[in-house]
Amino acid sequence: MAKVPLEKQTLLNVNGDEAVAWAVKQSLVDVVAAYPITPQTIIVERFSEFVANGEVHTEFVAVESEHSAMSACVGAAAAGARAFTATAANGLALMWEILYIAASLRLPIVLAVVNRALSAPINIHCDHNDAYGMRDAGWIQLFVENVQEAYDTTIQAFRIAEDERVLLPVAVNLDGFFLSHTLENIRILPDEVVHEFLGGYRKIPKVKVDYLEDEVPLVLNPARPLSFGPLDLYDYYFEHKMHQIEAMKNVPEVVREVNQEWYEISGRKYGDGVLETLYVEDADVIITVLGSTAGTVKHVVRKFRRDGKKVGVVRIRMFRPFPHREIAEVLKNAKVIGVMDRGISFGSYGQSYLEINSSLYDYKEKPMLVNYVYGLGGRDASPELIEKMINELLSDAERGYVENKLRFLGVRE
Amino acid sequence: MALIEKTKVELGKAHPLDKYLRIERIPTLWCPGCGLGVSLAALLKAIDRRVKEGVLDPKKIVFVTGIGCTARTSFYVGFDAAHTLHGRAVAFATGAKLANPKLELIVLGGDGDIAGIGGNHLIHAARRNMDLLVIMNTNFIYAMTGGQLAPTTPPGLYTTTTPQGSREKPMNVIKLLAAFEVNYVARGSSIYPQLLEQYYYKALGMRGFRFIEVVSTCPEVFGRHIGYRDPVTLYDELKKRVKVKTKPSIEESSLDWDRGIIIGEYIVNDYPGYIELIMGGKK
Ligand SMILES: Cc1ncc(C[n+]2csc(CCOP(=O)(O)OP(=O)(O)O)c2C)c(N)n1
Ligand code: SF4
Repeated sequence: MAKVPLEKQTLLNVNGDEAVAWAVKQSLVDVVAAYPITPQTIIVERFSEFVANGEVHTEFVAVESEHSAMSACVGAAAAGARAFTATAANGLALMWEILYIAASLRLPIVLAVVNRALSAPINIHCDHNDAYGMRDAGWIQLFVENVQEAYDTTIQAFRIAEDERVLLPVAVNLDGFFLSHTLENIRILPDEVVHEFLGGYRKIPKVKVDYLEDEVPLVLNPARPLSFGPLDLYDYYFEHKMHQIEAMKNVPEVVREVNQEWYEISGRKYGDGVLETLYVEDADVIITVLGSTAGTVKHVVRKFRRDGKKVGVVRIRMFRPFPHREIAEVLKNAKVIGVMDRGISFGSYGQSYLEINSSLYDYKEKPMLVNYVYGLGGRDASPELIEKMINELLSDAERGYVENKLRFLGVRE
Repeated sequence: MALIEKTKVELGKAHPLDKYLRIERIPTLWCPGCGLGVSLAALLKAIDRRVKEGVLDPKKIVFVTGIGCTARTSFYVGFDAAHTLHGRAVAFATGAKLANPKLELIVLGGDGDIAGIGGNHLIHAARRNMDLLVIMNTNFIYAMTGGQLAPTTPPGLYTTTTPQGSREKPMNVIKLLAAFEVNYVARGSSIYPQLLEQYYYKALGMRGFRFIEVVSTCPEVFGRHIGYRDPVTLYDELKKRVKVKTKPSIEESSLDWDRGIIIGEYIVNDYPGYIELIMGGKK
């Protein structure tokens, strides 16, 4: 597809939630089912305005819970629709049962998760424990850094989900309030360009059924009856899980392709789509981070570079499937890695730390790792705190060993 | 800040009901003209009467709420209180009652909380005639999250999730509960606080499952959407619609914003509650 020059891309001043709503508006989505929860609410409110104005063909249903929202999306997608929903925190927790169904039935649903801390106590601000809680459900998980990326990634998510090599649902994560409620100027592509990028309306994949002659569309259709999700015990369940495992292997390649293609059209890309790196080549200290905090970290790291300190950053854009080999290749030559997690697996470490730790295990020469848990319940990760963290890591690098592998940034003693 | 300073009064001296409040958490976050404060005052008066009679022990009262404006109540009362999950207050209270049958469980929630996301728990607590008092604040909208379609929203109303007007029909929870052998079902309103207090008072002296719907004013969110943003106007509009009736029939219970809403005591029974059933009469 041809590049759309910047002057042909409409400038919008929107917050992260509105950016997602615009992306969904342009993505020829057939069904949206959703339940309100702060800080996701604006996505659904904006979108229902588009529905009311007749600007989209979408069926919108204001269901009575998130459990129903995801269930309705599963039904819609099984019937051939392109389906979308959005939620946060406890709403996502209530969806949990159906998250597994969506992934196991290979339904390419797109879900925007506006990251928020889980109760109790009740808190409406950002952390990533909601998203980390769904890491084993079989979904692709992408994390965005800013409002522009929230728009870009939501459109990309439909392409990735529906790619025949993948056929898995995608969760697009944006930080509650830091992105959802923060205005930014963004560029959006013309409708027809987005439509072409997505290949128009959702295409139904065909599957081979062992007892039928020809391939059949994988969709609920009374003319060609199929059952979705029937009983599957020790005879075939395991093989079906292997299909999911295999599909996940294809994801990084597809995410990279989509990132590159988007770049060719819009002029915007996010690293290679999987990881985004800054100053990593010669770095002694590398920080890894997800979501909007990456912006602050990059800012602080630039300052350290100006002072001649060898510090770099890796932003993890794709958390599931986790890019183990790719990240290990980037990190292996550094002296010490500071792994930032806006969440924690109680009784263990931060969730991305566990992944990075296992990524590096097989390397003979490997950096030391420190896990920084930060920002729970929306606590600010200020430049000063990040500076403090990097100074600690620089002295760890100099000393050659780390004492405390799990550190908490910005918490009262 | 000035407002907070001013409300720092000596406990129990400003108002006879202060002893049931956490004064340090007042003022509430409820908006001016909200019916929730009126409804809470009526409830506390009813509790006070039952305490003075020796029917209730304030140390055994537990408020259980989910999430929403109504659910904030648990934050302000001086009783044991649990601020649980959106929709799950009835289930939480059921557990608390089973663990300690001596407790008096009072569940409060918005219509979204109690009859929307939590509707299944409500139905099964009613089916068991579970010993709870459930108070549902019907303000016709999801207030806390800023004005989305609720189970009680009048047809045609513009909300933030139905910008073209709702095409769904509101839910009549009174009629739903009439399907079960429960002990008390009433509908009151924050615009008739004395009457509401009577319903609370009566329910607090009963066993089994008791349900009170409170038709209330939410000028900030519902008022704004229906075009009566001013609290007094919304109050007047509600007053035009709410009709009081002694012993109304279930057939008269529809929640109809246009044709009127009948308040009164719809069901009064005295079946044994669940706790008695499982304990074989021992309390
Ligand atoms: C599982 C879950 N989903 C969504 C929410 C967000 N939420 C908080 S309050 C509320 C609804 C408020 O309406 P209602 O229950 O009628 O109470 P009101 O505020 O009107 O008193 C919602 C959807 C949540 N807290 N938890
Ligand atoms: S939003 Fe409505 S229900 Fe909530 S406190 Fe304000 S007036 Fe009351």
